[in-house]
Order: sequence, then C-alpha cells, then structure tokens
Amino acid sequence: MKPDPMTPAEPTEPPNPPLSRTARRRNRIVAMTFLVIVWVLLWGTFSWANVISGLVVAAILLAVFPLPPVTFAGRVHPWGALRFLLRFLRDLVVASVQIAWLALRPRHIPRSAIIAVKLRVNSDLNLTLTAEALSLVPGSLILEADRNTGTLFIHVINVDSLAEVEKFRHEVLALEARIIAAIGSPEELRQVRAGSTPPPPVDLEGATT
Amino acid sequence: MTIVAVTVTALLAVAGALTLTRIIRGPSILDRAVATDVLLAIIVAAIATEAAYSRDGTALPVLVVLAVLGFVGSVSVARFAARRNSK
Amino acid sequence: MSLDAVLDIVAAFCLISGALLSLAAGVALVRFPDLLTRMHAAAKPQVLGLLLVLVGAGLRLRTGVDVTTLVLVGIFQLATAPVAAHMVGRAGYPQDDIRGDLLLTDELAAHLDRVAGEREDAARA
Repeated sequence: MKPDPMTPAEPTEPPNPPLSRTARRRNRIVAMTFLVIVWVLLWGTFSWANVISGLVVAAILLAVFPLPPVTFAGRVHPWGALRFLLRFLRDLVVASVQIAWLALRPRHIPRSAIIAVKLRVNSDLNLTLTAEALSLVPGSLILEADRNTGTLFIHVINVDSLAEVEKFRHEVLALEARIIAAIGSPEELRQVRAGSTPPPPVDLEGATT
Repeated sequence: MTIVAVTVTALLAVAGALTLTRIIRGPSILDRAVATDVLLAIIVAAIATEAAYSRDGTALPVLVVLAVLGFVGSVSVARFAARRNSK
Repeated sequence: MSLDAVLDIVAAFCLISGALLSLAAGVALVRFPDLLTRMHAAAKPQVLGLLLVLVGAGLRLRTGVDVTTLVLVGIFQLATAPVAAHMVGRAGYPQDDIRGDLLLTDELAAHLDRVAGEREDAARA
C-alpha cells in the first residue's frame, strides 16, 4: 500500500447535524422559490396567475414529498460564485475538446484510473455540488460517494502516469475550494485552508486567489 | 442558414448512425443505456436545430419531455441492471 | 452588419460546434474500450453540446416563451445528467464491463474490499 495522502488533520463533524427552525424554514423557502421558477418557465409567461398557481403546486409538492434536510451554514459569496462559474465553463470547454480529440486520435487507447478523493469539508451539500460539477465536466465520472467520510470515488480518463493522477487529485481539491469559496461558511473556509492536503499547485491558473 | 442546417444535419446523422452501432453491438445493457442517452441528446440537438432553422418554436416543449424522459430511462435501466447483478 | 446577422452567425457557430461534439461522441462510443470510458464520451453532447445547441436555437428564436422553454431544458439536463451517470457507473462498476488492464489504479476496489471485510467481521462477532 502506498502512503495515504488524504489523512485528515482532525475528524470531520458528523455529516448531518440537526437543523434549527430557521434553517428549515429557509430550506423550504429556497425549494418553493425554485419550484415556482420552474413552473413559470414551463408556462413561459410571467403572470400573477402563474405565480400564484405555482405557489399552490409547490406547497402541495413539498407537503407530499418533503425534501431531505440540507445543512447550509454559509452564505453565497457573489464573487466566489462568479469565479467558480467562469472556471467551470472553461473546464467544460477544455475537457470537452480534449475528450473529442481523444476519440478522434488514431491508434490510441486511453488509459484511466479510479481514485478516491477525501474532501476536506464533509457536508452533504459540498459533497453533492462537487460531485455534480465533476460529473458534468467530461473526463471525470463519479462512481461512488461515501457519505460518512466525505470521500468521492472518481473514474478519470486520459491519465498516462501516476503523477497525472496526483495532479488530478489536486484539481478535485481545488474545485472543492472554489465551491466552498462560493457558498461556504467562515468555518468551512478555515477548514479548507487548514486542510492537511497541500495547496493546489500554482500551474492551475485562475484557481489561486 | 441553409448551409448550416445541412451541415448540422449531416454531422448529426453520422453521429446517430455511430451511436446506433453501439446500441446494436452492446455488449452489456448498460452500454446500450449510455448509447441510448447519447442518441436522445442527438435527437434533442436535431429538434432544436430544426426550430432554429425555421424560427418556429412549436416543437420546443417536446425537448423538455425528452430531457426528463432520458433521465428516467437510464436511471431505471441502471437500477434494473444493478439488481440483477447483486443476485 | 446588422445585429440580426451577427446573432445568426453566432447561432450558426453554436449549432455546428454542438453537432461536432455529438459526432465526436459517436466516434468515441464506437472506439473507446469499456463502459466507463464510453460514459465520458457520452457526457460531452449531453452537457456542452446540448448547451451550445440550446444557445444557438435561443439566438435564432429570440422570443420570450421559446427562450424560457430552452432554459428549462438546459436546467433539467444539467440537473439530471450527473445523477443518471452516477447510477449507470455504480451499476456497471463491479462487472466485467470494465477493462481492468487499462486502469492505472483502482482505489475503489480497495475500499470495497475493506467494507466487505468489516461486514464479515461484524457478522462473525
């Protein structure tokens, strides 16, 4: 066995601390807003009739199919969110072109690897968002997520050496840092900075603050 | 715009044919599910291109249905395959 | 050049790049060696290719109702594609569909072995 590079400095807190009442109410408001937006988009025109009927439908939906609790301790940082979004779009384009080239390249069978990456902030929201962002970008694929330890198992294509595997691991952690910078609480930001994993290498331009 | 439409149609047709060969060849049901998903994405692209070419949005609600249908389809196939494996 | 013409050219560019990505995905589906690598190929027309095509169609249509529908298609696709990919990947993982000889490392196998071992210990105790 090779040494484990992802040992956490301190045990992470349980993934699902009980929610306060304000947190639950905020979750419900966020879900309501999103459902009403989808409803209005489905109708295609903004009118009060649409909004009110949407509110009724959303209330019924949330009462019949309640959502699992989401712990969201932080707040949205617009600047961090914008940077995450731009970087995500850039990754999307670059990775898509790379995979397209990989497909068209003659006489080349791509190598791949399955790696485990332990995230520094073990919350359901962070785990989900990181996994979603990774899955959307071609070239990385979530196979399994361990919620207890906050570990993602990622299949990554187009790696030719173990050094590139390590580089990819750093990129995942940099992605997590960007997500936390976009929506994290000060506590989570501190966790990311103090994480035992080394900071992302400088050649990832745009990722460093 | 006609040239664009013809080019896109040709590209999508070739892509669809290649995807179909994967659906036929398999080998596993999951391979077919993935290929079917891609075929669905190609169909969505074709319908959207048609709407863009004729400047007519009548067919667009179909895209919403297709986007959701693809998801339901591949998830149910995946669950089916997973249950069969674990036996 | 009028704004309409510029928008049309941008739309044409988006549509053609989306179609090219679909084509590359088709080629990749035929050429890539195993299920998981093919899934990487599948993610490309489903995400970027579809977004490009939707933007292209939106630039051509330019009416409120149509654009909201296109936005909705984009949201649905972006929200559901990773979930579907995860389900398929998880269903396919422990099977022979995956070419182990092309993997550099497999840290999930070690994890699964550990979990299975812990379960056996718990069952014995």
